[in-house]
Amino acid sequence: MIQLKNIHKSYQMGNNSLHVLKGIDFSVEPGEMVSIMGSSGSGKSTLLNILGILDNYDQGEYMLDNKIIKTLSETKAALLRNEYIGFVFQSFNLISFKNAMENVALPLYYKGVSRKKRNKTALEYLEKVGLLDWAEHMPNEMSGGQKQRVAIARSLIANPKIILADEPTGALDSTTSYEVMDILKSINEEGITVLIVTHEEDISRMTKRVIKLKDGLIEADYIPEAMEEFATVN
Amino acid sequence: MFDLDKWQEILATIKKNKLRTFLTGFSVAWGIFMLIILLGSGKGLENGFENQFRGAAKNSLWIWTGRTSIAHNGMNPGRQIRFNNDDYENLKNNVSQTEYISGRFNIWWGNQVSYNNEVHSFGIRNVHPDYEHIEALKITGGRYINHLDNKQKRKVTVISTMVRDVLFKENASEALGKYINVNGIPFKIVGFFEDESQNERNMRLIYVPIATAQTVFSGGNRLHEISMTIHANTLEEAQQAEKDVRSRLAAVHNFDQDDRRAMGTWNSFENYMQMQSIFKGIRLFIWIIGIGTIIAGIVGVSNIMIIVVKERTREIGVRKALGATPASVIALVLFESVMITTFAGYIGLVLGVGLLELLSGIEAPFFANPSADFGLAVSATLILILAGAFAGFVPARRAARIKPIEALRDE
Repeated sequence: MIQLKNIHKSYQMGNNSLHVLKGIDFSVEPGEMVSIMGSSGSGKSTLLNILGILDNYDQGEYMLDNKIIKTLSETKAALLRNEYIGFVFQSFNLISFKNAMENVALPLYYKGVSRKKRNKTALEYLEKVGLLDWAEHMPNEMSGGQKQRVAIARSLIANPKIILADEPTGALDSTTSYEVMDILKSINEEGITVLIVTHEEDISRMTKRVIKLKDGLIEADYIPEAMEEFATVN
Repeated sequence: MFDLDKWQEILATIKKNKLRTFLTGFSVAWGIFMLIILLGSGKGLENGFENQFRGAAKNSLWIWTGRTSIAHNGMNPGRQIRFNNDDYENLKNNVSQTEYISGRFNIWWGNQVSYNNEVHSFGIRNVHPDYEHIEALKITGGRYINHLDNKQKRKVTVISTMVRDVLFKENASEALGKYINVNGIPFKIVGFFEDESQNERNMRLIYVPIATAQTVFSGGNRLHEISMTIHANTLEEAQQAEKDVRSRLAAVHNFDQDDRRAMGTWNSFENYMQMQSIFKGIRLFIWIIGIGTIIAGIVGVSNIMIIVVKERTREIGVRKALGATPASVIALVLFESVMITTFAGYIGLVLGVGLLELLSGIEAPFFANPSADFGLAVSATLILILAGAFAGFVPARRAARIKPIEALRDE
């Protein structure tokens, strides 16, 4: 699904060049659930941006679904994002003046799906995350956990191959965090590849594989001990 | 491009920010309102002046005689100049710019017009058939004097509808073909006219063929005035025609062609053109002010849209992450801007036109019927849409350049 070969990325900061990614190599098979860990400055956000086609890279090769992703026009990148990738953000990033259903339906709007059809689909996905009754509510009437579930429904609606979650539990308490993780896990069980960027150890242990970054390089790539018990203990 | 969804998206954002939208729209509405009022008033002023010219062809040249004031060819000043039928023929046949031409023979005494017991005093104008076009008369019944009338010196007359009503009272409908007495001589009525200026002075008149009048009122071949219309498209051409007429008559009557006391001329084309150029200036001035006002409105909209884009940076970032193309982001901002300006501008347009409509009854001496015509409304609408697009362009480009990564960065 994802193949990264020797990815380099640096940012120009005035006269200094900041070398953020110094050669990242890994691949992710379809249906994997991977967490990317690292302290701040380790380059994990940059990596996520590159994986999400939100940013380009300087060197190396990124293949998504056997397509090389390199120097795309913005329009092309937007279409690819719409087709392949669902995003989940730390701060939910729901559109405040749209209700839950309309928020969920938004990716389909950019796909050119008719209003009636996309709202119907949006309701199906809201049901999936257990928020059908909240369809007409505005984001500011919902709790953090509910908002994140709406965001997950939104990330799923366009039938992406990959879900990229950037600190999806960062703004939530641990109980809701686990609820959100459970949803992500069930999504993964349906065969969708899930990549989660996190700095929380317990969250990473709920995934099937952990990639640890440090100073722009992969420090470790391992399978965590099963954490089911850990979750119930908490 | 104009799918319902896009508009619903935009409507949703506008609904969210009613006050901001209102304030933005207000400046545009005001701009258009002012433009319409200014242009309408300009038109009113123009109509007012135009009315002063109504009732005579705009390319007419009026010629009359007086006493010489400049010594010429050894003759002393103070000599009376008189026109006669030869002058009429001379101008008619030899001045190439002549379109219509008529002499005028005035009767200074009597002017008594009667039918049965109705005896009144009306002006008697003795003219050639072309006079109809020079005065821009409206024939409402029968016909005007024709060349045969003049040639055969028929005793016919064309009277104004007002004269008809005064003389015939309730029998006005049977007046055509009846004989009236003009200074004691019976004349057959062959037609009725109205003067477009509705000026009573121009309606207390009857017209008689000049040759008839010269004969029956003992005028010989004497002409008091000559009026004509000329072929001219520019001021220069009109002035040239006037000059040709002057020099030709000056040669015949032996006076200095620059002697305006010996022969007076009034060139309505010249005056008309001068007026036209004044109004051209006024119109330009009004457009400059109006466009300036609209530009102020546009800058306002543009400013607000820049703030809107800044406020919505995160939202636009999210949209882009979800698959919004740069084009769709530009459309989002641009359409909102166009929609606000068009809608607000339309309100201004309607209010402005409405106010002009209220004032449309006004008929002051130099101000009449202020109005905004259809072409004006169309051009104002086009300006609005262009203005909206223009106002939205810079902010929209800024929005399209928003990088999702930066917009979504958690602070």
